[in-house]
Amino acid sequence: MSEKKAVRLNPIEILRGLSLTLREFARFFGGGKVTLEYPEVRPELAPRFRGMHRLERYKEGPYKGLERCVGCSLCAAACPPAAITVVAEDNPVNPAEWKSPGERYAVVYEIDYLKCIFCGMCVEACPHDAIVMKHDFELADDSRAPGFNKFIYSKDDLLDRVYEGPDEPEFKIGKGS
Amino acid sequence: MALEDLAGDGVVFTTVRKLMNWGRSNSLWPLGFGLACCAIEMMSTSASNFDISRFGSEVFRSSPRQADLLIVPGRLSWKMAPIIKQLYDQMPDPKWVIAMGACASSGGVFKTYSIVHGVDCIIPVDIYIPGCPPRPEMLLDALIKLQKKIRDPNYEITITNKGVPDHETVKLREDDI
Repeated sequence: MSEKKAVRLNPIEILRGLSLTLREFARFFGGGKVTLEYPEVRPELAPRFRGMHRLERYKEGPYKGLERCVGCSLCAAACPPAAITVVAEDNPVNPAEWKSPGERYAVVYEIDYLKCIFCGMCVEACPHDAIVMKHDFELADDSRAPGFNKFIYSKDDLLDRVYEGPDEPEFKIGKGS
Repeated sequence: MALEDLAGDGVVFTTVRKLMNWGRSNSLWPLGFGLACCAIEMMSTSASNFDISRFGSEVFRSSPRQADLLIVPGRLSWKMAPIIKQLYDQMPDPKWVIAMGACASSGGVFKTYSIVHGVDCIIPVDIYIPGCPPRPEMLLDALIKLQKKIRDPNYEITITNKGVPDHETVKLREDDI
């Protein structure tokens, strides 16, 4: 029974605790402003923030301008909520008409953003670094009725534009390939 | 019964209706209602860093009879479904619903029998927010879009970054290696 001590209020500890409160109080009322004026000011996102996806193109080398995606569906397999739909098709016989440097390319690439949980598994699974995640997050919309579903983003919505910048002299193979 | 049903469609009353919609859009009182982890983000939206009271929505009402806006934050189980339906029915008539997060909007990762795959199965939804969970800025963005929708019934939501995404791109893979 000797281990049982009466809990006493220690005034020094109370004052020490209250000093933190007072310091924060002084910080806020001494001109410190914490509110982010969101619609005017965008938040400072972490560099690895996972937002809306983008399908990449080759930016240099012999494949410049071609899509990186070869339609392997590994992203769809890795997707926990099965939000990604990939339908692959063979590239044309003529190499000048190829859409991607592989045998096949994705003819349909759809992401259902209402199912997507922005986990980044697709980015990790992609062997060609074809899919990346950007910093766009303002995706709220008002309809998901069949036929009017605004949340299924097609390939046109996700694909990068054709790169028109200067060519790099060395062609570097992607890290995952 | 909403006030519009009493008023009719005259010139005077359409002007009054505009005024009423302006007032409603700037004082959307949400129902204090939380289901899962999205509710944490909803609470942090009402905290000082994001400050939902800049849009007139800081009064989280405990009674559905005083609320205009039902934010469904989190996954909704079928056991909970009749309760949320009752809450929705108890709200007075000009009322709006935001489905917050992937689970409330479409079921998300929960491909099970026990989760409602989208709260629009039981109540009508005005704005869906993707994300798991969405950032507080995404909820503010949805609230702003809902306010614009209330002020102008013909307002069409446009996702600015859809199509040609132009924001800063982040490659997770290259950071890892």
